[in-house]
Amino acid sequence: MIFDPTIAATRFGTGLSPVIEPPWDVAAMISRLYGPDDAALRHPILGFDAITPSLLQIQTANRDRRQAKGTPLDEAAIEVVRQLSKDAADVRRHNILSTVARGVVTQDGLRERLTSFWADHFTVIARNLALLHLVQPYIEDAIRPHVAGRFGDMVKAVVTHPMMLLYLEQNRSIGPNSPQGLRLDRGLNENLGRELLELHLVGVSGGYDQADVTQMAELLTGLTYSANEGVTYKPRWSEPGAEVVMGRRYGDAADLTTVTSALDDLSVRPETAAHIAFKMAVHFVSDAPDTDLVASMSRTFTDTGGDLLAVTAAMLDHPAAWTPDRMKVRRPDLFITASLRAIGTRADRIMAMGPRDYNRHIAAPLNLMGQPLESPIGPDGWAEEAAAWITPQGLAGRISWALRSPQTFVDTMPDPRTFVWTAVGPVAPPELIVAASAAESDADGVGLTLTSPAFQRI
Amino acid sequence: MDRRKFLLGGATLGCSLAASPFLTPVALASGPWDNRLVVIVLRGAMDGLDAARPLFDRDYASLRPNLNDGKGIPVANDWALHPGLKPLIPLWKAGEMGVLHAVSTPYRDGRSHFDGQEVLEAGTLRPDGTAGGWLNRMIGAVPGMTAETAYAVGQERMAILSGPAPHLRWSPDVQLEMSPQVRRLLEMTLHDDAMFRDAALQAVSIANSLSLDAAMQAAAAEDAEEAPSMMMAAPKPGSYAAIAQFAASRLREDTRIASFSVNGWDTHDNQTPHLTQSMTRLSETILTLRDGLGPVWDKTAVLCLTEFGRTARENGTKGTDHGTGGAMIYAGGALRGGQIAGKWPGLAEADLYERRDLMPTGDVRAAAGWIMRGLFGLEASLIAQTIFPGLDLGTEPGLLL
Repeated sequence: MIFDPTIAATRFGTGLSPVIEPPWDVAAMISRLYGPDDAALRHPILGFDAITPSLLQIQTANRDRRQAKGTPLDEAAIEVVRQLSKDAADVRRHNILSTVARGVVTQDGLRERLTSFWADHFTVIARNLALLHLVQPYIEDAIRPHVAGRFGDMVKAVVTHPMMLLYLEQNRSIGPNSPQGLRLDRGLNENLGRELLELHLVGVSGGYDQADVTQMAELLTGLTYSANEGVTYKPRWSEPGAEVVMGRRYGDAADLTTVTSALDDLSVRPETAAHIAFKMAVHFVSDAPDTDLVASMSRTFTDTGGDLLAVTAAMLDHPAAWTPDRMKVRRPDLFITASLRAIGTRADRIMAMGPRDYNRHIAAPLNLMGQPLESPIGPDGWAEEAAAWITPQGLAGRISWALRSPQTFVDTMPDPRTFVWTAVGPVAPPELIVAASAAESDADGVGLTLTSPAFQRI
Repeated sequence: MDRRKFLLGGATLGCSLAASPFLTPVALASGPWDNRLVVIVLRGAMDGLDAARPLFDRDYASLRPNLNDGKGIPVANDWALHPGLKPLIPLWKAGEMGVLHAVSTPYRDGRSHFDGQEVLEAGTLRPDGTAGGWLNRMIGAVPGMTAETAYAVGQERMAILSGPAPHLRWSPDVQLEMSPQVRRLLEMTLHDDAMFRDAALQAVSIANSLSLDAAMQAAAAEDAEEAPSMMMAAPKPGSYAAIAQFAASRLREDTRIASFSVNGWDTHDNQTPHLTQSMTRLSETILTLRDGLGPVWDKTAVLCLTEFGRTARENGTKGTDHGTGGAMIYAGGALRGGQIAGKWPGLAEADLYERRDLMPTGDVRAAAGWIMRGLFGLEASLIAQTIFPGLDLGTEPGLLL
């Protein structure tokens, strides 16, 4: 295979940089990934249990506010809610900026890209305003520690995380024949059971049927979350009896090990291996990936019991991963990160952004580019195909951002004539070289480079 | 002043623009019909019982001691419209605005905005975030559609149009301002990549038609010295008026379907001032559409859909909580207005859904289905199977002319 540092930095990283060398071989990429998570140490994001305001604080304040209505305590209660909302918005901004900064200055771009890929694979969306600032903590808890670990461990971390339990409504699912179900006349919510099979594990063509979905949902009953009690397993909510999911029988013990053993089994099934291998190859290489590349990744997944470091290495070791054809287009969030990295933005500059600049140069432009922050339409996450992003409005959003925003992140804009090489590398096409040097200003030249297909395609 | 005359008039704008091949208008086929459909999604759950108040119902006053403020505008048969809808009264009188009452989507019991909107936009029986939108399935099922046929307008993601069938999305907030030099160079850098080139061409064409509209308005303002008050004020960027004006400008041309959101309906407390504000905003949005559409208004149906209604009974904070049955406000010259349509279920406790919400007596999808059948001539089977899977179309609720 032909290793190419530019492809390593762009297709498998967060982009080229004037101050950070691209990886020099696959072994270096893998050993970075295997080593400590430097970016997270430099730009920490607190997990769900440590973050303030906590969901419990917000829920308590909202309840106090309702109870204080019409009493002399009303004003004070409103003030508490207002302050918590502001704190939550600040925390969310800080965490999103930390994620951007990690990508902009990291030497381990592959880890950022894998985190983003897996966070999308296990999408959670805030169902209400109180949860908005808790999406990044979920990724930090359940996704990031496992991107070079075992797939089954990531699955278990996700399925027992408050954000997933809330998003796919496991907190509302009760075994219809469980003591609690009979008492309240309530029943199953199949949401998590279905998406686990359809999206997260074996995939939509993984050979399961509605009976498996129902059995999976019954098996999950008992696992729940509330802000008061945290994540718990409530035997009184658990549907009595054994369950059979995709041919495997799980005993009638009402405890969390039934859930985890089913997840362990499903996580290493060959259908899961094939589904994950294909999805990863689509995300990184091509919407119609080379079948041998997928087969090699899938085989590695099965042989190693879902060792994601090995699966990632299998992708990078395959020649098809290094095709010079650049068939993927950077998503808007990666487009912004890679652009800031290319112009040499410093992390402290990003972290110092106040609400106004953050909205003007990050949040609002992402909306126009078609990727409102953390808000895909459903649990299947963001679209992969380039055509979903390079729409008239999406491209107009990129052009407008590229011409105006970069200059607010650096004191001196780079010289467009050299910037072409910094940002795009040796594949810069002649018309781009001409255009960049013909621009009337540095900002225009940089903007033209960032909007060029040569920069946006990876 | 019309568009063509303006372009031929040799205004400076026309000259400088003509220099760039980027400005060659993208060839666009017309949609297969002449009628227009605008779907406004009212996110947050509009209180249908407050939008059109059943003063004749003997239980209404006791359920709503504060909301029944006597300020409703009497219309037909002892119904009153919410005071915030006052600007639409001339439309009501002209038979161009009405309300379909006691309707809902098939969504039941969860009363979650999130799931409710998912059902509303997917047009399915249950929440399904992967189903795509029903407007998208509709344009996908009809031959002869181009991307220009359907528009999602504004910054909000319109799941109702999302899916594989071609459509455009544009927010009037996009400012595609660039120097002629950048424009020329951009043409050069994007030229060899068809996907980027085509998207940019279309973006530039939309942005130009917008600045052309603005320039025409300015020119018209100079012409109309004697009647400056006739001029529409330029809408604030990002405002609903800007969105409605943009939607109208597209619908006057090749676009046949447009959808956007008007938010601000989740009135848990102190409903009266909040809902008045939202109703006024919605009224202005509809009037902006009408003014912008001109003669095309007669061929237009505007449907205002919301995820569910609100509780029949007022809550303890002068508001209402998430409910079930609600109302669809509609407008446009292509529909039969001046009426409160639908089958009234009554507000006695036994008549309420789960003894708390207005009982839905009709599926709002059926109303949308009949309107598409009337406006676009779609087959009933296409509507009940492809566009709204599992829908019972029932009888036409009396909205068609």
